[in-house]
Amino acid sequence: MPAKTILVCQGTGCISGGAAQIEPALAAEISRHSLQDKLQIKHTGCHGFCQRGPLVVIEPEGTFYTHVTPADIPEIVAGLKNNAPPVARLLYYDDLLARPIPSFHNIPFYYKQNRIVLRNCGFINPESIDDYLSVGGYHGLQQALQMQPAEVVDEVKKSGLRGLGGAGFPVGQKWEAAARAPGKEKYVICNGDEGDPGAFQDRSVLEGDPHSVLEGMIIAAYATGAEKGYAYVRQEYPLAVQRLQVAITQARERGFLGKNILGSRLNFDVEIFQGAGAFVCGESTALVLSIEGKRGFPKPMPRPRTTEVGLWGKPTLLNNVKTYANIPLILKNGWRWLAYKGTANSKGTAVFSLTGKVVNSGLIEVEMGTRLREIIYDIGGGIPGGRTFKAVQTGGPSGGCLPAELLDMPVDFDSLTGAGSMMGSGGMVVMDQDTCMVDVARYFLDFTQRESCGQCVPCRVGTKQMYDILDRITRGRGKKGDIELLEELGQSIKETSICALGQSAPNPVLSTIRYFRDEYEAHIQEGYCPAGVCRECL
Amino acid sequence: MDAQEIKTAVAEILARHSNGEAKLVPILLAVQEHFGYLPPEAVQQVGEHLRMSPGQIYSVASFYTHFKLKPIGRRHITVCRGTACHIRGAPQVLEEITKVIGINEGETAKDMEFSLETVACIGCCALAPALKINEQVHGNISPRETRTLFSALKKGEKNAR
Repeated sequence: MPAKTILVCQGTGCISGGAAQIEPALAAEISRHSLQDKLQIKHTGCHGFCQRGPLVVIEPEGTFYTHVTPADIPEIVAGLKNNAPPVARLLYYDDLLARPIPSFHNIPFYYKQNRIVLRNCGFINPESIDDYLSVGGYHGLQQALQMQPAEVVDEVKKSGLRGLGGAGFPVGQKWEAAARAPGKEKYVICNGDEGDPGAFQDRSVLEGDPHSVLEGMIIAAYATGAEKGYAYVRQEYPLAVQRLQVAITQARERGFLGKNILGSRLNFDVEIFQGAGAFVCGESTALVLSIEGKRGFPKPMPRPRTTEVGLWGKPTLLNNVKTYANIPLILKNGWRWLAYKGTANSKGTAVFSLTGKVVNSGLIEVEMGTRLREIIYDIGGGIPGGRTFKAVQTGGPSGGCLPAELLDMPVDFDSLTGAGSMMGSGGMVVMDQDTCMVDVARYFLDFTQRESCGQCVPCRVGTKQMYDILDRITRGRGKKGDIELLEELGQSIKETSICALGQSAPNPVLSTIRYFRDEYEAHIQEGYCPAGVCRECL
Repeated sequence: MDAQEIKTAVAEILARHSNGEAKLVPILLAVQEHFGYLPPEAVQQVGEHLRMSPGQIYSVASFYTHFKLKPIGRRHITVCRGTACHIRGAPQVLEEITKVIGINEGETAKDMEFSLETVACIGCCALAPALKINEQVHGNISPRETRTLFSALKKGEKNAR
């Protein structure tokens, strides 16, 4: 029999489905058949199709097994030994084709994607630097070290990459500002404080390919002149912290971190800082204060940019996990490689956590400019149970709900913002006819009023007022004029809050009023919830 | 746990972290990991070490939702109220748990067996609705399965006594 590699997904999703028991069962079965020379087990990070986990993939064919349990292992191993066809009942079953699809290369969920940030997730062992090196890891860094720091900044600038934490600020411009800021002491921070409900892509990248993020940070340190870095990761993500720590230790051992990196003049080291559960700490100034051991209060405008006055008052470059994961490839392949992907103003790809009322949910990556319809119907497989699509929510508590009329809209920073939503950190939650849009708006305002840091009045008091009105409407006690009042409140909160949390908090309400006003009216005028969600409106 | 034990444990944690205000959050995380919450004696001791008043420490600790100022139960239940969980039935799941174990969100049972809280998102959105009991994730859980799971836990608790 030919040699094969068995990839066992060990992402948080698959582990919660019992993936930890798969590997020992496989090892036992392989040694029972004395196949150690032929079958190599490799544990990987998130493969993306979390909903079908635990996942097992057999390379080189890419045989894709879903919902695997230890009881299935003997059959899988015996099949490999005898060159038998794949175990049909464990394969992905395509409802449209009405047959199982053996290889993940042929499953629409995968082949419609364009994986850059997620290139290694699910394919390499995240705890092995050799695995990362074998797929060209740290080549980008070597390339960068042969250039001048200013040339590295220029490369990133020309690539057109925009910050993937949500706001889409041009990355090269930020790097240039940090590089130009005077002072010897500078910092590079990776923002992995993914607090948006409904988003888990930063977690998956850190769990599945931590070295790509580290490499991006090291290149950033070289470009800006920083010697110290922090990776800010949510306390809620223990596995991401653990894998990143392993990666840091390995990178130090191999000379990618520390003094005179790869024989150059670059000195740089990274420390992990765990957040303690405050959504607002995703905001740059709040995040910096949090590392300093303070309450995470965003600083009001006007204020110097973090690139000038950041951590401990020093120039600080702060980018998202996915932004850093792009960097090694830009250096390795040249700026044109990224600039040719995407739309005129949004280059490269977008990573989404596709969830909610959709057949295939999981972690996906598509080229900027891909239409919502392709994401939801081709990759996502449409709406389950013969139900009807109602809306797709992007951007979490800062974003909005987009209706069916906008399904052909291209997904990029500017189109989403123009439609009253946002790219945000990349949550994409599909909603069907059984989802009440007023309840969804109430849900998000409940979130923001809890997470408001309380510093400025519009956000602290305003979000609570909006929540109270929405709560009343969902209880069938809405009043005439409530919609107009919500619009007025929303507008003033947007205009007067001091940070992005408050400025974007009304979006879920304003967008649902804009596209689903009739649902609000039904609740208020008739005390009726068309989706049948609000119990007091039935 | 007596005062001396707390003192020794906190001293060990402090020894692991170097000085400076910047270390406050990591130290508090370590204290909470050890005790399950932030005991007042520990806060006092951390303050003396970092030259901060307990008030300053509480001002930081109360800002972050992860920090608990009261002891929590042996089984710490966190129900995810992320967006995907919300639209796939998390409110009904929470309601079932409340009914079965008899405590509300944010409460700890008198016998210290269960604590119940909700969190913004545990990042298992593809398995919505999801909850955690201590570190164990339970995904794709229906209200009925929730009732079965917690009834069994509750029963086991009675039998254990």
